[in-house]
Amino acid sequence: MSTSSLRPSGAVLHATRLGVRRGGIEMMHSLTNRADQIWIVVMNGIFVGVLVLQRSSDLGSTGYSLAVATLPGLIGMNVVMGGWMGTAQMLAVEREDGTLLRAKSTPHGMLAYLVARVTLAVLNTALGLVIFLVAGLFLLPGLTDVPLTGWLMLLAVFLLGMLATMPWGAVVGASVKSAGAGFGLTFLPMIVLIAISGIFYPITGMPDWLHPVAQVFPVYWLGAGMRDALLPEAAAAAELGGQFHTLTTFGVLGAYAALGLLVAPRVLRAMARKESGSAVESRKAKAMQGWS
Amino acid sequence: MADRHETDPVISVRSLRMSYGDSVVLDGVSFDAHHGEVLALLGPNGAGKSTTIEILEGFRHRSDGEVHVLGLDPAKADETWRARLGIVQQSWRDHGRWGVRQLLTHLGAYYEPFSTTHRPRPMDVDELLETVGLTEHARQKAGSLSGGQRRRLDVAIGIVGRPDLLFLDEPTTGFDPQARRDFHDVVHRLADLEGTTILLTTHDLDEAEKLADRILILAGGRIVADGSAAELSREVEGQTEVRWSRGGEHFVHAATDATRFVRELFEQHGSDIGDLEVRRSTLEDSYMTLVKRFESDPAAERQPLEVVR
Repeated sequence: MSTSSLRPSGAVLHATRLGVRRGGIEMMHSLTNRADQIWIVVMNGIFVGVLVLQRSSDLGSTGYSLAVATLPGLIGMNVVMGGWMGTAQMLAVEREDGTLLRAKSTPHGMLAYLVARVTLAVLNTALGLVIFLVAGLFLLPGLTDVPLTGWLMLLAVFLLGMLATMPWGAVVGASVKSAGAGFGLTFLPMIVLIAISGIFYPITGMPDWLHPVAQVFPVYWLGAGMRDALLPEAAAAAELGGQFHTLTTFGVLGAYAALGLLVAPRVLRAMARKESGSAVESRKAKAMQGWS
Repeated sequence: MADRHETDPVISVRSLRMSYGDSVVLDGVSFDAHHGEVLALLGPNGAGKSTTIEILEGFRHRSDGEVHVLGLDPAKADETWRARLGIVQQSWRDHGRWGVRQLLTHLGAYYEPFSTTHRPRPMDVDELLETVGLTEHARQKAGSLSGGQRRRLDVAIGIVGRPDLLFLDEPTTGFDPQARRDFHDVVHRLADLEGTTILLTTHDLDEAEKLADRILILAGGRIVADGSAAELSREVEGQTEVRWSRGGEHFVHAATDATRFVRELFEQHGSDIGDLEVRRSTLEDSYMTLVKRFESDPAAERQPLEVVR
C-alpha cells in the first residue's frame, strides 16, 4: 500500500489524542454558550441554595447540620447526572443530528468520538465537583478538617463512579429511538432515584421497604461513598445500620463498572454498525414530524 | 498522480443484490467507475440509490454479489481504506457550535497519519475555504450558516481528507444558481486536477448532464441505463423537436432524424423558413422514457441498456 508509512497503533494513538482535544473544544463551547451558562448557574444555584437553607436543620441526632451530609450527597448525585444522564442524552442527540455518522465517516472517528464523550463527561462532572466544594468551603465548617485520606477516597469514588455510570449512559443513549426519549428515559428515573436515595435527606427517614430499592442503584452508593469520604465518623449514625459501608460501596460501584464495560462496547458496536445516511434521514423525518 | 493501478476500476460492482426479508431492493446491479470519472446515479425515489451508495461506503452489508471499492471489499475494509474516501451526506445540524475553520481543522487532522507524497492529507484549510467560498464565514459558527453555506461546509468536510473517491448525496439541494455553478466548478476541479473519482446522486437532471461523464439510471433495483447523456438520448431514439415559422405561422414537428427533416424542409420552402430551432431530446426526456419503459414492463429490461463507447 502507498499508505503503509503509518503504523496502525500510531493512527489509533493520534485519534485518541484528537478525541481528548475534541472533548476539550466541546467543553469550551459549552462554557461560552449562553444557554449552557444559564443552566450551569441556575442548577448549581439551586443546589447551593439548598445547602444554605439546610444549615439550620439537624442531621438526625448526630449534632451536625443537615447541610454537612447534603454536600457529599450532591457531589455523588452530580457524578450520576454527568456520567449517566449526560452521556445518554448527548449520545441520543448526536445520533439524531448526524454527528455520529460524521464520526463514522472519518478514519478512527468513532474511537475519537467515544474518547471525546468520556473527556467531556469527566470535565463537566469535575466542574460540578469544584463548584460544590468551593460552596462547601464557604458555607460549612469542617470541610477544611477532612484528612488527606478523605480526599483520596473522594477521588476514588469519583473515578469509580464515572466508570460505573458512563457505560450505562452509553447503553441508554445507543438504544433509544430519539433525543426526546433519551431525555425522558434518564431525567425522570434520575429524579425518582435522587428522591429515594437519601441525597437531600437521610435515607433512614424513608420507609424501610424503600431502602433495598435504593440500594440496587448507584445513586445511593455514590452519595454514601462521598459522605463516607468527607464526613467524620460520628456522622455515620445517620447512615443505614449506623455505620459507613466502605467495602460494599466499592463493591457495588465496581460491579456496575465491570458489567457496564462488558456490555457497553457491544451495544455501541451494534449501534455504530447500523448508523448510515438513511438511518439519520429517517430519524430526522420523524423528529420533523414531531415538531409540526 | 494517483496511487497505483490507475487502470483498475475504482469501483467495481457485480450482481449486487440487497433484500430485506421478502422485499428486494437491489436485484443484480453491475457497474464500474474508473479513475477520475464523474458518475451520476439517477432514479426514482425508492429505486435503491441510497442503498447502493451505503453499501459502497461500507455502511450497509449486502445480501449477495461482489463489490470492490478502491481494491477492497467495503464490508471488510479498514480505516486506511476509510481515509481515502470522502462522503458528503445529507446533513442536518450536526456540529452547530463549532466554528467553520475550527471544524475543518479538527476533522482534517484525522487524515494526517494517512498522508502520502502523492496525496498530502489533509487539504490546507485556507485553500479549502477559498475553494468552497466560505473564507468570509471562517469564524462563524456552523449552526448560524444559511442552508447553502452549510451545504458548502458539508462539501468541504467531504473533501478535507483529499479523497481518492468522493460520494455526493444530492449535493446541491438548497443552492442558488450561483452557488450551484460554483459547486460544479469544484467538482470539475476535483476530478480533473486531483484525479478524484466521484459518484453522485441527484434529482436534478440538468446537473447530472453538466457534471457527469457517465450516467447510471437505477429503476426497480436494476441498472436500466449506463452511458453518457448524449449516448442515452441517442439510444432511446429520442425525437428531436424542430420549430420553425413560415408566412407568419409557427410550426412544431417531432422528428426522428432531424438533419434529414430540416434538409427536406429547406429543399421544399427555401428562404421562406424562419425562426428555426432544433432541440435534441434532453437527459430529462431520455430519463422519462427509460423509467417509463421500465415501469410499464419491468421484465423487458432484464438486459440493461449498455452503450458502447
